[in-house]
Amino acid sequence: MSFDLGTFGTWMAIAAMAAVTYAIRVGGFWLMGYVPLTRRVRSILNALPGSVVVAVILPLAVRGGIAATAAVLTSLFVMAFRRNDLLAVMCGMGAAALVRAF
Amino acid sequence: MLDKSRWSGFILGLRLGLPVTPGIMAFGLVVGAAAARQGLSFLQSLAMNFLVCSGIAQLIALEIWPPALTWGVIATIASLTAVVGARLFLMSVAMRPWFGQVPAWQAYAGLFFLTDATWLIAMRYRADGGSDIAVYFGAAAAIMAGWLAATAVGYLAGGFISDPAKYGFDLVMPAFFAAMLVPLWAGTRRALGWIIGGIVAVAVERMVPGWWFIVAGSITGAVAGGYLDEPKK
Repeated sequence: MSFDLGTFGTWMAIAAMAAVTYAIRVGGFWLMGYVPLTRRVRSILNALPGSVVVAVILPLAVRGGIAATAAVLTSLFVMAFRRNDLLAVMCGMGAAALVRAF
Repeated sequence: MLDKSRWSGFILGLRLGLPVTPGIMAFGLVVGAAAARQGLSFLQSLAMNFLVCSGIAQLIALEIWPPALTWGVIATIASLTAVVGARLFLMSVAMRPWFGQVPAWQAYAGLFFLTDATWLIAMRYRADGGSDIAVYFGAAAAIMAGWLAATAVGYLAGGFISDPAKYGFDLVMPAFFAAMLVPLWAGTRRALGWIIGGIVAVAVERMVPGWWFIVAGSITGAVAGGYLDEPKK
């Protein structure tokens, strides 16, 4: 357990990460093959994307303080008014950099 | 199989992927630099970026990457990857209604490229009524190309990017997530579910270490939204 695996170890770690990630990537899809897509399940699946998005950004904004909140809000507003995701992300990053500079 | 309409779908996908690519690339520079700093060879870095292709998981793994790898460390890295990647599981769940309709080999090949960005683009494309899987592969190709190029540059020029936070690079993904909320908007009723999920996520983030808040908040929000949804539609 404790000896250095050297280059082989690095490759093993990469392979382990790759295997785990692929299993996760297909796991949800595969599992849902056994769940009948009733109207209710469909409603839940429809609500899932936005829920994931909010569950990612809201805690990060709270934890990340003013800079993260500025990035998230700026991006959201630019997207709402200009519908340009590249511009939204750039403005979000810019807002964070600005907050951190002062 | 690759007739003209397939190609136009693929090209549309490339176009949908392009706006995100600079954001992915900024993040890729950081990940590539981290791989170089931890002593991975260029080939190893390339393999990890292609096979794992999960920026946050790689950054965290590389953060704890010790000079000498043992089986115990490899197990730790693998389980960390699983925890950080848990949200991908939920994204994979959300792909079912679409990918359940295409041949299995296409679905399982496509899911290899499932990342935050490809998933967000896919969900947005679906919300607009699209169903051409060539579009998904086009977006995946654009993102993978940008990712591999940026991580390679980051690996080779790593020393220059000493403090990514200074330029807001660490906030690329949150900013992109926030932007993607706009096209996913489907009325206040569903947004109520999002808010419930968001509150749960913030509460769990306070109480439970790690990334479980994403899982807890997403599931709560989806179930709440699913039950608040209009029964007929």
